[in-house]
Parts: sequence; structure tokens; C-alpha cells
Amino acid sequence: MAEVSEVLDLSPAAGEGGTGPLVEVRGITKIFPGVVANDGIDLAVYGGEVHCLLGENGAGKSTLMNILSGMYRPDAGTILVDGAEVQIDSPRVALDLGIGTVYQHPTLIPVFTVLENLVLGQGRGLSMDTKRALAGLKQVAADLGVEIDPRALAGRLALGQQQQVEIVKALWGGSRVLILDEPTSMLTPQGITELEKVLLQLKERGLAIIFITHKLHEALDVGDRVTVLRRGRVVGTLGPEVVRSTSRDELQARIVTMMFGEEAASLAGVAEVRGEVTGHRTARQVSSEVMLELIGVSVEPQRSEIGIRDVSLAVRRGEIVGVAGVDGNGQRELAEAVAGQRSVHTGDVLLAGQSIRHTSVSGRQRMGLRYVTDDRVGEGTVSSLSVATNLILKRIGDGPFWKRGRVCDDAISECATDLVDSFDIRTPTIETSCGTLSGGNLQKVLLARELSFDPRVVVYNKPTHGLDVKTTYAVRDRIRQLAEERQVSALLISTDLEELLDLCDRIAVLFGGRLMGVVENEVGAELEVGRLMVGGDSR
Amino acid sequence: MTENAGTSVLGFEPQIGTPSRWSGWRGSLLQGVGPILLGLLAGGVLLLIVGRNPLTFYGTIVNRGLLSPSGVQDSLTRMAPLLFMAAGLIVAFRANIWNIGGDGQFLMAAAVVSGFGPQITGAFPGGLGLAILCGMAAAAGGLWTIVPAMLRAYYGLNEIITSLMMTFVGVNLANLLIKGPFRSQATNVPQTDVIPKDDLLPVIPGTRIHVGILFALVAIAMVHYVMTRTSFGLRLNVLGANPRAAIHVGIDVRRLTIVAFMISGAFIGLAAGIEILGVWGYVRADWNPNFGLTLFALVFLARLNALATVPLVGFYAVISMGATPPPEKQACLTISC
Ligand SMILES: Nc1ncnc2c1ncn2[C@@H]1O[C@H](COP(=O)(O)OP(=O)(O)OP(=O)(O)O)[C@@H](O)[C@H]1O
Ligand SMILES: [Mg+2]
Repeated sequence: MAEVSEVLDLSPAAGEGGTGPLVEVRGITKIFPGVVANDGIDLAVYGGEVHCLLGENGAGKSTLMNILSGMYRPDAGTILVDGAEVQIDSPRVALDLGIGTVYQHPTLIPVFTVLENLVLGQGRGLSMDTKRALAGLKQVAADLGVEIDPRALAGRLALGQQQQVEIVKALWGGSRVLILDEPTSMLTPQGITELEKVLLQLKERGLAIIFITHKLHEALDVGDRVTVLRRGRVVGTLGPEVVRSTSRDELQARIVTMMFGEEAASLAGVAEVRGEVTGHRTARQVSSEVMLELIGVSVEPQRSEIGIRDVSLAVRRGEIVGVAGVDGNGQRELAEAVAGQRSVHTGDVLLAGQSIRHTSVSGRQRMGLRYVTDDRVGEGTVSSLSVATNLILKRIGDGPFWKRGRVCDDAISECATDLVDSFDIRTPTIETSCGTLSGGNLQKVLLARELSFDPRVVVYNKPTHGLDVKTTYAVRDRIRQLAEERQVSALLISTDLEELLDLCDRIAVLFGGRLMGVVENEVGAELEVGRLMVGGDSR
Repeated sequence: MTENAGTSVLGFEPQIGTPSRWSGWRGSLLQGVGPILLGLLAGGVLLLIVGRNPLTFYGTIVNRGLLSPSGVQDSLTRMAPLLFMAAGLIVAFRANIWNIGGDGQFLMAAAVVSGFGPQITGAFPGGLGLAILCGMAAAAGGLWTIVPAMLRAYYGLNEIITSLMMTFVGVNLANLLIKGPFRSQATNVPQTDVIPKDDLLPVIPGTRIHVGILFALVAIAMVHYVMTRTSFGLRLNVLGANPRAAIHVGIDVRRLTIVAFMISGAFIGLAAGIEILGVWGYVRADWNPNFGLTLFALVFLARLNALATVPLVGFYAVISMGATPPPEKQACLTISC
């Protein structure tokens, strides 16, 4: 792998001195209506270190990062950069101070190309230095091991690709402090490894890196220092000495306890936490009845997409079929073709033996088809509407929530209260607008909506991305339960190989818009899947 | 599908990030009233520069438009078509449909109502004739949106441009109708036959205000109810706030776009019908009150909340009636400026 290029040139001050923290926050408090998101937070981030910030969904991680990056202003507390107090009133100020951020949700402008997005916000003049941007993009992309067409429209890229563009953008900005808010949630294990390598290099150059993730093993792989937040407060920080000298298992146990409390300590051993493939699933009883069948399905690519070609796949009743692959290889096209959001060019889609090729999205929903989109902000929810409304958004006009077109508030709030309880959605009230929820809680809203109301066939696209380990564990359990007890069939698209191995009966691999093969989930499956994921040629 | 997917262009998403300052009804109030106060202030400065006392100037306007008995009646009369039009614009704008062609829809409906008015009021007994004419006005306004609506729904063509083009066509076609088939033989002025005063909308007893204002208030209340309490209103709101979510959720976006566009046009047509049947009784060639543009501003100041348009439209009516000296009132309204 190439050295991280000189486009990432650092200002000489970076990491100098080596003793004092590069960025420090003291007593940061941020109050939103109904929640204290940050409650007197103290945090010191040092140059040459990766500082992992962990905590359950809604703990206040993103809020703190938004304060550092100038998106929010704290209600109390001070921020020091290089020991001097600063007011970060706007993202511009943060950039000028050398604080680069990859936000949790994509911030690229969808109707601009990748290149335009990269150039945007660089420099103050009107001129756009596209040549330098192109070179930078190429270099950083090579470091990360990704390929991105600079002329592609950002909005048409898969979210995983958008995430990579954001990372490139932040790296290329020449920061001294890099904030990464769940940068790996859409990446494959391979992509994560590449990112980790780049982070190590940046660290050696004296950058301070704040790394937020829900995957504990990643935190332990790259983290020098670990801080855990809970309900807006710092539970504790494990310094470099502790992290270095403690065994991995013990660290995991300690962190899990810090994140969720004593009663969750038993979680530390489960697969979701360890992020490794623990025993393969024992073969489940699956009926032979085919519930969802794709026959030679092709979808025309829209601009900058890949489309899918000639995909044939069958999901039987109660079966969970995984779809592995690097994001941007046709996952969204596949999911949308099944859900009905996109027309099938050739081929046919059958639901319980019946062609649904010409059935509308709502028609398919009435037949029991559900689609958990991976784009929870872009299409999954309406941020200005309440949590309650978003929970029944796919049932507009249906009883008991509407009677002859008129809304029944009581029915809606009763249902919403139930769902908020059973999916543990952290929101001040059910009337709170959905756009204010934390990323993981927004994901829970999607899951709650799709998994209630008697699903028969569910298409999941990255169902657990952004969920904390405890919730991930619960959601996977629920997916399994639906399959086993209610015979719900599932097409589970994920970039997380470990998740696929944990849940699926069979795993299909999508590459370049084609199905490369379907692998039975048995011992050694990961090798075969990994081979197919890069196009099938074993090296 | 349309290209402007993503979040709303209209900007009525909550102001995430600065919740303490602008949220809640107080924030909305400030955003609605603030610009008006600034406008008055700027106007005052201009008046000072030209050497007039702003206070007496504004005082005169308020006196004429609100405090004098005839002024307040004129203002209330003026509110009727404006409120109907506001209702129409809200339906479209909420769904993120930029119906810029209100004036074309208005004039087409006005031409149809005044053209057929004399015969129909003559042929049918009182209320029935008026009801038929109102129906025709709504139909004319609604149908005039069908081209931009279909182009947007099926080909994703930007309705700002198409509905604006349809306005040019509509304004000119309305004039052609008035100067051609609908032209009155009774006078040399190019205008339609006059509907007899007795056949027009009745006035509220004891006033000169025709009952159109009551219908308009009912229309506003209805739109508010539909927008906040019904499944149709929620679908419109979803489509407007996040078009991609609308598709994801299973809303028939094409159908909804066309329906919303036509409802919008129908309300604007009704605005014309009420104005002709309540105030004028005829239309002169080249008459165009240009209500559309003014209302955009008012509707957005009201943050697309139907009820909130009532005081804003009232305010505007007071200013526009108060600023017109009494003898010129009629003249100024008749001749297109
Ligand atoms: N703009 C906002 N308005 C109101 N409340 C907010 C806003 N942003 C965040 N919150 C609330 O603050 C709390 C912390 O949210 P935050 O996004 O910081 O959580 P997080 O730790 O990043 O969680 P996740 O892991 O799910 O991303 C949540 O309860 C959330 O509802
Ligand atoms: Mg977050």
C-alpha cells in the first residue's frame, strides 16, 4: 500500500509538543427539548492517538462531535484547541482550526458530482482547484483501496460509497483532528481493514483521531484510548497504558459493562461484540415452498449506478438468504426491484408464486412484503414528521389508524407507544420529530415499522447498521425468531460478513450487478464468499 | 420520477441544530410577522427620505382600509378571492408542487364564469345557477393545470416553467374569449355581458360584503383540516417533505401529483368565480388583478399553514384597499395596471 500522500500534508503545529492535548473539551453540556444530550462532558484528545468514543444509541456521541465540528453550539462548557480556548461557531471555524469530520449520515450534495462535492468548501476563493482535487481523490482512494468515479453523481452512489467519499473528503482537507462518526457502518471487513491501516499512518503523522463505532473489535484494533459515554455523561476513559496492558477479553467485558451497566456483562462474549465468526448456524427447518423468487431479473442502471443483470434467486418459506458484497454492486437496485420502487427491465419477480412485476409498492406491501431500506434519512423516514407518524408511515389511510380518511390519534399513539417500548426507541416523546433522533434510534424506527404488522417476506438492507451491540443482538434475535417461529422469509443484504454468517441459511454474492454464486452457510463459507466478493477469481 | 428528490426545497423542515431559538409557535410567529415589520420599517425610511411622515401615511392607510366602515367592508370583500387562492397554493406547495401559474388558472376561470354567467343565472333559479357557475370556475381552474401536472408526473418536467408558460397561454386565451365569443354586444368596450346585480352572490345582511368571504373561510378551514387530520393531507405532506420517502412508503406519486395540482387549480378557479360573482358581474378584456405573486409571499410567511394565512391576507387586504384613494378604487381595480 502506498504511503499516505503529501496531499494530506499537515500543518507543522500538528502533534508538536506531544504532551498537552490537541483538543480538549471541558464541561460540555447540550440540552435538547426533553433530553440532556451532553451533560458536563470532559474529554481530551491527543495528537498521535486514536481516541475511540463508545456508547449505546443515543448516548450523545454524535452531539458532542457536532459541537466540535461547529454544527451545534454547546449550552455550557469550553473547547480548547492547542490549549487555547476557542469558539466554534460554525463548520467553517472548525475547518479553519483543522478539525475535519465525517458525519454519521451522508452530507454530500446529491445532485453534485463526487468531484464537485470534494472541491466544495475547499479554499475560500471562487475558483475550484479541480486538478488538485482529482489528484487528491485518486491518491486517497488508492490508499483506502476504493474506486470511485469522480464524475458520478453523489446521490446515485451507494451509501457505502458515499461514506468513502466523505472519508476521502475529510482526509483531503488536511486536518489535524479527524472526527469519524461511525465511518465503518457500511464498509465490508476488507474496507475496514484498509481504513484502519490509513488511520495508523495518519496517527504516526501526529493527527488526533476521534473514532466512533459500535463494533467493539474495531475499537480495540485501532484505539489507543477509549472513552465511554452513557446518557450524556462520561462513564470513564481507559488510558493507553490500560488498553495496552489488558487482555482483549477483559477489555471487552469492561467496556460492555461501562456501556450498558452490570446487568449486560454477559453480552461481552456474544458474536455481535466479538465481531468474529462463532460457530456456524445449525441447519434450520426450512419448508420447500418458495416464497420469493427472482427469475433472470435485470434492472437498468440509472446514471452512475451498476444496475443488476440476470439475477435469479429463490427464498423459501422461513429461510434467510443473505446477499454479500461491497456496497455499490447492485444491492440497492436488487432491493428496490423486489420492493417495487424500480421497474424490472427483463425477468420476473414472484411472491408466493404470483408475479408481482407490475404490482405497485403499496400492492406488494399489502401482500406482506416489507423492505428495510439502508437509507434511513434519505428515504426511510420523514424528518419533519413525528416519531409516531413515521412508525405508521406505510399504513397511511389504513385502519385502525385512519377511519374513512380521518386520523385516529389514539390508535396511532397506542401503537407507537407499544413499538417505542418493544424496540427500545430512545425518544423524549412519540411526538418528537424524527429528524432529532440519534442514528441508531432512527434505525430502530425503521425496524419497528417493517417488522410489525405481520410481515411475510422481508428485504433487509444492512438492518443493523448504526445499532449498538446490545440492540444488534436483540435485532438479530428478532430476525431469527421471525424466520423460525413465524416462517417469515428474508432476503438479507449486508456488507457485514459476520452478520451474514450469523443469520443466513445461504449466502449469495453480488458483484458488478451479477450474482456470482450462492454458498451454503457451513464451515468455510466465509472463504468462498470472500472469493466471490472480489469477482470470483481466487488468488 | 422527478430529479429534486431529497429534502424539501421549501425549507419548512425543523431547524435542527438551533432548537432553542426558532422552534415552537413563537418562532413561527416571529418569522411570519418579522419580515412584515421590517418591510414597514423600510417603507417608513423611504417615506422619510421623500419628506413624508410615515406615521401619518400608515395612519391614513389603516384609517381607510380598516377603521372606516366602508374601508373595512372593502377589505373583507377583497379577502374572499385571496383566501381561496391561498387555499389553492397551500395544497400545491405543501406537496412541493410549484404552481406558479395561478394567474392563468384565475383568468381562465374568470372568463368562463363571466362568459356563461348571464345565460346560466338566467336559466337556473338563484342559488343553483351560482352553484353551477362556481363548479365551472373550479373545473376551468383545475383543468388548466392538467398539462403541467401530467408533464411533471410522467416526465418529471419542472412545473415552475410549464405552469408559468400555461399562464401566458391562459391569460391570452381568456382575453381572446372575452374579445371574441363572450364579447358583449351591448357596449363598445371589449367586455362580457353583465350578470344582473340581483343574480350575483347575496350580501351579508346589513353590510355590502358578499357571502364569498364566508365560503372562503370555510375553504380555508377545510384545507387546514384536510392537511392536518386526514390521510390525504399526510400523503401530501410526505410527498412535499421527502419525495423519495413518498415512493418508498408506497404513495402513488403520479396520481397524487396530478390530483394535488388540479385541486390547487380548482381553488384558484373558485377564487375567480367568487370575485366575478360577488363583485364584478362581468370581466373586461385585459383585466388581470395579478393576485398570484402577492399571495406567494403571504402563503410562505404563513409557513404554509392555512389558518395563519387569514390574518396575513387580512393585513394585505387592508393595505391594498387602504392605499387606494376612494374615488380611484373602482377604476384602479378595473383597469389592469
Ligand atoms: N437536533 C436535535 N434535536 C433534539 N434532540 C436531539 C438532537 N440531536 C440529538 N438529539 C437527542 O440527543 C440524544 C443524543 O443523540 P446523539 O445523536 O448524540 O446520540 P449518539 O450517541 O450519536 O447515538 P447513535 O449511536 O444512535 O448515533 C438523543 O436522545 C437524541 O434524541
Ligand atoms: Mg450518532
